[in-house]
Amino acid sequence: MKLKEMPDEELFTRGHTACAGCGAAIAVRNLMKVMGKDTIVVNPACCLLIFGATYPLASWKVPFHHVAFENTAACAAGISRALRIEGNDHTVVVGIAGDGGTADIGLQALSGCAERNEDIIYVMYDNEAYMNTGIQRSGSTPFGAWTTTTPVGRVKAGKQDFKKDVPQIMMAHNVPYVATASVGHIQDFINKFEKAKKMKGFRYIQVFTPCPTGWRHDTAKTIEVCKLAVDTGMWTLYESENGKVTINRKPKGTPVSEYLKLQGRFRHMKEADIQKLQDWVNKKWQADERYAQCKSQ
Amino acid sequence: MPKKIVTGNYAAAYGAMRARVKTVAAYPITPQTFIVEHISEFINNGEMECAYMEVESEHTAMSACVSASAAGVRTFTATSSQGLALMHEILPIASGLRLPVVMAVVNRAIAAPINIWVEHNDIMPERDSGWLQVFCDNNQEVHDMVLQAFRIAEDKRVALPMTVGLDAFILSHTVEPVDLCDQEAADKFIPKYAPPSPILDTADPRGIGVFVPPEYMMEVRWNTDKAMRDAPKVIEEVNAAFARQFGRNHGGMIDPYMVDDAEAVLVTMGTVSSTAHEVVDELRAQGKKVGLVKLRFWRPYPTEQMRKIAQKVRAVGVFDRAVSYGVAGPSFIEFRNAAYGLSVPTMNFIGGLGGRDVSSPDVRFMYERLLEAAKTGKARREVTWLGTRGVEQ
Repeated sequence: MKLKEMPDEELFTRGHTACAGCGAAIAVRNLMKVMGKDTIVVNPACCLLIFGATYPLASWKVPFHHVAFENTAACAAGISRALRIEGNDHTVVVGIAGDGGTADIGLQALSGCAERNEDIIYVMYDNEAYMNTGIQRSGSTPFGAWTTTTPVGRVKAGKQDFKKDVPQIMMAHNVPYVATASVGHIQDFINKFEKAKKMKGFRYIQVFTPCPTGWRHDTAKTIEVCKLAVDTGMWTLYESENGKVTINRKPKGTPVSEYLKLQGRFRHMKEADIQKLQDWVNKKWQADERYAQCKSQ
Repeated sequence: MPKKIVTGNYAAAYGAMRARVKTVAAYPITPQTFIVEHISEFINNGEMECAYMEVESEHTAMSACVSASAAGVRTFTATSSQGLALMHEILPIASGLRLPVVMAVVNRAIAAPINIWVEHNDIMPERDSGWLQVFCDNNQEVHDMVLQAFRIAEDKRVALPMTVGLDAFILSHTVEPVDLCDQEAADKFIPKYAPPSPILDTADPRGIGVFVPPEYMMEVRWNTDKAMRDAPKVIEEVNAAFARQFGRNHGGMIDPYMVDDAEAVLVTMGTVSSTAHEVVDELRAQGKKVGLVKLRFWRPYPTEQMRKIAQKVRAVGVFDRAVSYGVAGPSFIEFRNAAYGLSVPTMNFIGGLGGRDVSSPDVRFMYERLLEAAKTGKARREVTWLGTRGVEQ
């Protein structure tokens, strides 16, 4: 489906209370257009839970379900099993969680569901910190980034560790589909969700979703930040279909500093740390490329 | 059907099968493990048509059951002790969403020290979780209460989850003759599943588990409280219906024995009740006016019934297989609330912790103390730790 062929009907409607420029809201609005009405959504405690619905108002036009924080995959699997045993093979069950709820507290349940090849689509909207609780560091926060738990102090400034590679962890589970996407690359995004929807079993898509509030960037520049993330190699777009890995877009080799300078969360970074991040990006891209070559059949 | 010699764990699994449960999320823990093993055998032998999720933790087991129930099917799981503690976060979500999940809890000591034998300390932290909680005394009761649990929990007036408690090893691993019901009888007793609460339905989209602001929270809580308060009526109705169909009456909220003319009454939960029953017969034969109240439902608690008993006897003892450190046994604390303002002497006996045997001499000792209190009008000691080294009796 081409972008211009996307249905006009909104299943995640206007009126929600996300911040201006929220990447997660863009992701949810568009992925729901691909998923369609025959979908049940599971949502943990996260920004989306709050901005998507606060009783008695809701932006959802499909059934949605919240249980707790760390169990999005478990709950989606429970629904999927219940539907399938009752003979419903068509309804798509989609879990949509943030990076904290996925890379950190939700990883165990996610891994269990992947190993059992539960028939669900799991979407991680990656805004690289616990944004709903006020911008705390997560396992998915990049090196150097300021958060409220990695503050810029006299001794330490920003996150000291590097971003956890959850898509690699998911590919290690040998599930039918793993993909990375970005709200700044919408046609690639649509293609991946369409592909996932047509498949059965466990499918994982991690979407790069900038958060202007937490990343301290201009709310008008969400898409620009996405494009720079991919051009610099901070975010690689690829997919794994039944173990066959394809890189969808190669980085242009734009210096990481171009990406960093748009965002206040990196403003404090010294030259040496920027270089450290650049070295990490270079290695990561080489590793991604090698991995894709190994898994090209 | 002729009786079969089965464990409490088998009786629980069999009940879930006959209830035509559609989703089971299973995770092993001693001494519960055989329940989920038996269910997997029923499924793999084609005796049970059910989704079986071999999950990676009890937290996921309860999460999956909650969501499967929200999707509109009958769900069941089982756990013990640390597993129940790991589920703790999700239990009030099942009740808050008014989902009738049924769970067997094989009551086992909570660590530390680690111990796998019977104690009721595992379920006490779940007292306020909004789950109905029943304790069983024998394997027949386990089988029967699993069947009854679905009918009680799924009643629209209740719409709350329910645990069926069985004492570790004493019931879970001990064989007894049990009248296992056939499918026809089970189908007659338990109606085809009709979700008592709204479900996730693409034809009628709604949110199950929506973020609720202060403006609406009190009403949600009130409705759940009301359901728990209305539950005793349903429990008694279901007990009566079960007795009519199967000829076995376990009692509803409580099962009193020789209480009407008793001077001294002991309140028990779980398998100590059987031992106490024998001792009551023995003491009655000696002309001693003793009685027994088998407290079956821990939640909802039979406050009014217990108060009425406290009003007409001269001494009440409460046996607890659990302790609220620094205060007393939880069942005793609850009883004192029911007996508030009454002058009857009350005594708490804490015993059987971590699987320590509670035998007839222990029960005789408790009745002796109670008869003494009935006579003097005073309890010798408020809390007594039975047979505990270094502790004065």
